[in-house]
Amino acid sequence: MACFLVPVAEAVVTTVITKVVESKENKQAALKGANDNGSLEMENRIPFSRKLKWLNNLLWGGSALLAFEHLWHGEIVPWFPFLSAASDSAAASVMLSEMATVGVSMAALVTAVWGVMLLVTNVMEKRVLKAQPDSN
Amino acid sequence: MTLLTTVFAAIISTVIWYRNAPYDEMKTGILCWMYWGASLMWLVDAIYEYRELGAEYFIPAPVDMLNDFYLGLSVIALGLIIWLGILLISDPKGVVRAALFKNR
Repeated sequence: MACFLVPVAEAVVTTVITKVVESKENKQAALKGANDNGSLEMENRIPFSRKLKWLNNLLWGGSALLAFEHLWHGEIVPWFPFLSAASDSAAASVMLSEMATVGVSMAALVTAVWGVMLLVTNVMEKRVLKAQPDSN
Repeated sequence: MTLLTTVFAAIISTVIWYRNAPYDEMKTGILCWMYWGASLMWLVDAIYEYRELGAEYFIPAPVDMLNDFYLGLSVIALGLIIWLGILLISDPKGVVRAALFKNR
């Protein structure tokens, strides 16, 4: 009914966090600018803001297509309150319960998949860092 | 059917992205994120529906299947339109700018 609103809410939060992390990383990179070792490390490590962008892309992209599906089924309407279920109290409670179950599960699964991606990339980064002293 | 259609779109766009990686001039990565994100969300939807319907979930009525397939194709078309919009606005190859501001 409006399950996609939960991933949208998460996407808003993670987008704000990404902006904050990105500005912090830019400041750190500017401070480390003169240090050669620092710049080498930056090349082999993926910035956390970039990893957060993966989560943002999954959440925003998926939510956009799901919103279209809700429009298709008439669950989103172009007039206030924009959700057809929100105009009726009985339907609204079903909608909220669906958001709490399906919506939260959607956000959790996307975040879990992103977590697995982080683990895999961390292993890859460690391998690159280990291989680097040998090649030098 | 919508889930299946989107998963196929996600797989095809990922293969196209991988073929050109690490260069992503056509920004096909956007399609991958969009379709995989939607596929994961629809997977959750499918799991809840399966819990409700049981084995009946796998034998949908032909009309429902056709409607879901039609929706799946529309979702893919919307994803492609979003991707095309981002591609033309960001214009990584500079062709839109070149075409607009070329000297006659």
